[in-house]
Parts: sequence; C-alpha cells; structure tokens
Amino acid sequence: MNADYTAEELAFEVEVRTFLENEFPAEYKAKVDANIRLGKEELTHWQKILFKKGWAATSWPVEHGGPGWTPTQRHIFATELGMIGAPEPIPFGMKMVAPVIMAYGNEEQKKRFLPDILESNVWWCQGYSEPNSGSDLASLKTAAVRDGDEYVVNGQKTWNTYGQYADWIFCLVRTDNTVKKQEGISFLLIDMKTPGITLKPIVLIDGHHEVNEVFFDDVRVPAENLIGEENKGWTYAKVLLTHERTNISGVPRGKRRLKALKRIALETDDGFGGNMLENASFKTKIAEAEIELQALEYAELRTLAALSVGKAPGPESSILKIVGTELAQSIDALFVEIAGNHSLPFVPEQFENGFEGHAVGPGNSAASALTYFNNRKLTIFGGSNEVQRNIISKAVLGL
Amino acid sequence: MDFSYTEEQQMLQESVLKFVQNQYDFATRNQIIASDDGYSKEYWSLFAELGWLTVPFDEADGGFGGCAVDMVVMMEEFGKAMLVEPFAGTAILAGRLISELAEGEARAALIRQIMEGGLQVSLAYAEAGSRFNAASVRTTAKVEGDNVIISGTKVAVLSGSGTDKLLVVARESGGDTDRSGISVFLVDANADGVNMHTYANVDGKSASEIRLSNVTVPSSARIGVVGGAIEALESAIDRATLASAAEALGAMESLLKKTVEYSKTRKQFGTAIGTFQALQHRMADMFIECQLARSIVVMAAMKMDSGESTSEKAKAVSAAKSRVGKAINKVGPEAVQIHGGIGTTEELDVGHLFKCVTALEMQYGNTDYHTARFSSL
Repeated sequence: MNADYTAEELAFEVEVRTFLENEFPAEYKAKVDANIRLGKEELTHWQKILFKKGWAATSWPVEHGGPGWTPTQRHIFATELGMIGAPEPIPFGMKMVAPVIMAYGNEEQKKRFLPDILESNVWWCQGYSEPNSGSDLASLKTAAVRDGDEYVVNGQKTWNTYGQYADWIFCLVRTDNTVKKQEGISFLLIDMKTPGITLKPIVLIDGHHEVNEVFFDDVRVPAENLIGEENKGWTYAKVLLTHERTNISGVPRGKRRLKALKRIALETDDGFGGNMLENASFKTKIAEAEIELQALEYAELRTLAALSVGKAPGPESSILKIVGTELAQSIDALFVEIAGNHSLPFVPEQFENGFEGHAVGPGNSAASALTYFNNRKLTIFGGSNEVQRNIISKAVLGL
Repeated sequence: MDFSYTEEQQMLQESVLKFVQNQYDFATRNQIIASDDGYSKEYWSLFAELGWLTVPFDEADGGFGGCAVDMVVMMEEFGKAMLVEPFAGTAILAGRLISELAEGEARAALIRQIMEGGLQVSLAYAEAGSRFNAASVRTTAKVEGDNVIISGTKVAVLSGSGTDKLLVVARESGGDTDRSGISVFLVDANADGVNMHTYANVDGKSASEIRLSNVTVPSSARIGVVGGAIEALESAIDRATLASAAEALGAMESLLKKTVEYSKTRKQFGTAIGTFQALQHRMADMFIECQLARSIVVMAAMKMDSGESTSEKAKAVSAAKSRVGKAINKVGPEAVQIHGGIGTTEELDVGHLFKCVTALEMQYGNTDYHTARFSSL
C-alpha cells in the first residue's frame, strides 16, 4: 500500500506545473489572489489556452478531443490547477452537458455541439431548478409541448448560473404529465437568443449577480434539439449529476487557502502584542482544518485508486461532496475570524473585475465575509448535503 | 498509487478474521475478562503459532517486517472483536521500544521470547502527573556501584497479572520534564520492591498501577544509552498510538454495522426506526466519520512505512489520532443513542464497543492533545 506516483506520473506532474507557471497569465493569478472574479473574456481566454495545449476537457475520451488521461493524471492536473489558483474550466459545457451529448445525443448533435464546447466558443448554462423544484428536482413543471417540428416551451427556471454570459442552455422539461414524475421529463437544448426567453438577475447576499431566473414564454425550440428519447431525460440527468459530484472535494483549493490563512494569521496582530498564529484557540482551529483536509485528501485518493482499477464512482462521491463543502465553509469562517473588524465592510464592487476605486481594509479582508456568505451555496447545490445523506442512507447503509 | 493490501496482508487479515469469527465471540470474551489472568494464555500461544507476534518486528530480528500497514490490518480486526489480549502492549509498545533501544544478545533474546509467546513485557512510562507527556518522568534511577536503584510510581500500565517483565522509564538526571536524562530499565515484575496493583480498564483490558520502592537492578538492566531514551520512547508510543487508532477504527465499524442492523429491525410507531430520516442522517454521518477515520489511518500507516522524517511521521500519527478521536466522540455516543436503552446495558455488546472506543480516544493522548501536538510539530 502506497500513495506514491510512478516515475511517469511524477514527470507529468512537473510538466503540468511548468505549463501552468508559464501559461496561466500573471494578471489573472494576481486577480485570483486578490479575490477578484475573472470575467467572461478572461475565463474564455484561459480555457482557449488550455484547449491549444489539448488539456481543456480532461475527462473527455480521446475520440472527442480529450487527452486520454488516467484518473491519476486528471487528479494531478486538478491538484496543480488548484494549487496555483487557476480556475477549472466552467463546468456547464465541458463537464455537464457534453457527457450527456456524448452518451445519448445523435451523431449530428455531437458534431454540432461538442467541438464548440471543447474550443470554448460557446458558453453553456443549466436549466434545471425551478422555484418549486429544488431538492425534489423531478417535480419540475416547465412544459415542452410538441407542435410539428418544434417544442413550445413555457415555464420558469431558477438558480441559473451566469446565464447572462450564456449562448445556450440545457434544460429538463416536462413532456408528459400523465405518468410518474420521473418518467415525463425530457432533455432539451435551447439557444438563448430564441424569442420568448427573459433573464432576471438574482443578486445574492454577497452582492454579486451570479445567478438568474430564466422565463420561457412560448419559446419555440426545434425538435432536433431533443437529446435522446422523449421522456428519458431524468435518466440522462442522473448520470450527469454523478459527474457533478466527482472532483468536488476541493482539496487543492483548501490547501492553498489554508496556506494563505496561516500567512495572514502570522501577519495579523492579536491586539496584545502577539500574532494570531500564536493565538491558542485560533491555532487549534487551523490545525483541525488541516487534519480534516488530510483525511479528505486520502478519502479522495482511495476513491481515485478504486476508479483507477475500473470501479464506477459510487456513493463515495457523496462523502467527498459533504465533507469537502462543509470544510470549505469552515475555512471561510476562519478567514472571517482572522479579518476581525475588517470583515465588516460590505463593498462587493471592490472585488468585481475592473474596480479602480479606494480599497477598504488590509489585503482581501473585506472579501472574507463575502466569500463566507456566497459559499453557503456549496452545501445547497449539486444535490444538497441532506440529499447526499439520503443517498448514503439508501445506497450504502440500505436504510 | 495503490491502496490495496498485498497478498500477504490479505492472508494476515483472513487469518485474524477467521480466529475472531470462530473463537472470539462476545460470550468468550466475557469469560476471558472474568478469568484470573484477564487474558487467554491459550490464545496467546495460538497467536505465537500463527506468527502474529512476529508482525511488529523487523526481518533482521526474525520478525515479519515491522510494517505499519500490517499492524493496522490486524488491529482493525482486533478492534471489531474487542480483543483483550495484550497484543498492543507487549508486541507493539514494549516490542518496538526493545527494537529501538536494545542491542546484542539481550535484544535477540527478548525479541525471540516475545515472538515465541513466552514473554509478556509491559512498558511502564506514564505517571500520575505526566498526563500525555512521555518526557514527564519523576521516577528516579540512581547508580550505586554496579547497580541502579529505582523508585517511583507508574500508572496506566498495560499489563496484567501475567506480566513477566517491565520496561520501566526512569530519570537519571535533569528536571521533571527535561527530555534528556531519561532511561529505560528491564525489571522483573516480581522483583523485590515492585508492587503491582492490577485492575481492568473500561475496555476490559488489564492494567496496573505500579509502585517501585528502591528496586535494585544491575546496570546491565538498562536498555540503551544513559539518559537518552526519549526519542525511542516517543517513537514506540507513536507506533502504539497508530495501532490504537486502527483498533478504534475496527470498533467503530462494528458500532456502525450493529446500529444500522438494529435500526432495521427495531420497530416503534409501527415501523422500523431506520426509516426515520432523523436517524438515517445520523447514521450517514457515522458512516462518513468511519470513512474519514479509515482514510487518515491509512495515510499515517503509509507515512510510517515511508522514508519521511521522524517528525513528519509523528505529525501524521497525531493527525490520525486526533481525527479518529473526533470520529470516536461522534460514533460511540450516537451508536448508544440510536440503540436507546438497550445500548446502555451490560448485556449487549454495543455498550462494550462504546467503552472500548472511549478508552482508545484517551489512550496515548486524546483528541485535543494530538491536535495541539500536530500543530506544534
């Protein structure tokens, strides 16, 4: 039993690290380090750099332009991305809709959609949740009624991330009201420019416009945009949700953040002549977070080792989601605590792209509370942590 | 990267599993605890025959290899069955200290006798005021001619009436908590001036308080150099600490399994209590705790077997003990709570598993102690 990389894997790690150090733009890294969000153009530019290297869609099979990496190579790549702070490609296209198109789409759909996803020419967003369908997603009501060669879509989606940037949306829509709720759902791709689609921003408690409500009012969608069979959408979506839960533990990002936290703690006066890294209570909290991160890292490596010998991702991904998100929130709370008084200013514009005014507080301290507030989402999305516990209860414990 | 057991490790696991399943049920365990020795000498001989007692020792000493992962494999199964035989005390804690310190013929003889099952050795290091600091030693060792005179009191020694020899940690120089000046002496358990008071711990294992009043041993009884034993002592304790974490992992797996099974059969309000979401989520959390505990024990064992520095190994052990301790504090009480009243009875094994993990949380330093140690290393 060992957690060592092979010589080839070690060489690959060096290759990835060198590439990221040279190719992840310094300007973007500075922004990431300063808690400033990268904009659409910057994210797209970064993804195109990855595409040129052949590393954009790391989980895709070779036939569709993926690099053909082993699970360990993908892990190394994700680790190096996280350690340097480079963003992972926006998941909606590459990690969410593309696997469904590959598995259930027809040849024409694959040719039409996949290359633009790979090259980051088209920005995708997700149309799943509805105001009354959150954890109980299958109760969704947005209806698609067949009319000749088209579907006519009416209804409302919500919690749509960055729809304001998106060219296309993949939706779960109801195509049959007369059967069990899971059996009347279809998977439909919709061009965001189609008449009848309206976006309404939802500003979150951190002051950022990250998500939207999307209204569909007699939106006419060509029937050729249906993926797979009508009323089979729920089955397809479940496969996708499993993808959403892998690689979610956030271990590399956690390591990077704890390192930053310790540096800040060392630089932060405790008000009594010492620094916060020596503060007994704070020191204990940092140690607990570090230990939890190590346990999580090895839980992830154990899952990875199972994947490497061909086992499918099972309910283990639920553990990684629960522990990873709850730990991330604990670390957020430590950043708020270390900021002290400097956590109080509410100046979200300071952390938006292009801000040039007077910056409040030392370093990124004024971002600490914003991140803490924003990251409440972590335990809610991707199947809330309570839903994950239901999955463990049923799929693992047989309750 | 490979998280699977080797063929040898699988065989070792099967061998232990077969024994505990066929010969170590709850009733048998209770009989053993109630016996005069507090452990089964017959089983101890069997352990020797099966080669289990060689596992903690290096190949150069005729052992199985002293690999931490092997030890973890065994301790986990022992934990599931709540084994009370002093495997950890004799073969790991005392055994590893002998491996670290002893030399020449004495070393060969001691290790051979332990591996053959003919010798029970107990390490006496903790004292009333030492808490979890192995360097806090007030027991004195004074050289007089060719002899050494030892006086002091030791607590929480993992030994019973069957103990043959004691490894006594005593101070030859320096202040009460100085790291230098600490030596280890091999003392006959029935030597003049040794007064052992033996009792059972909450986990059913034998332990002793030992008073040493002017115990006279030849200076050749000193194992290792004069006053320089602390690193070896801490290293042996780290081994035993990791073993205790693995043992707790096994016991927690048992608690989880039994709790889930019970919740499927126990009916209240006309339905199995396992159908209640309030309980399902708590059992899901118990499962998560067990998985994290397993992950970090595996991490520490692999680091122990790697070429990392002593302080990195110690740090990994403390991370494991701290995280396993946190898991214990959740899984133990929750298992009893979900069982309800029956979980608090002597009759059911669940309460005993709870007592075992509770003891393991405290032994070799509790959660807070190891969190602080992790932070300081």
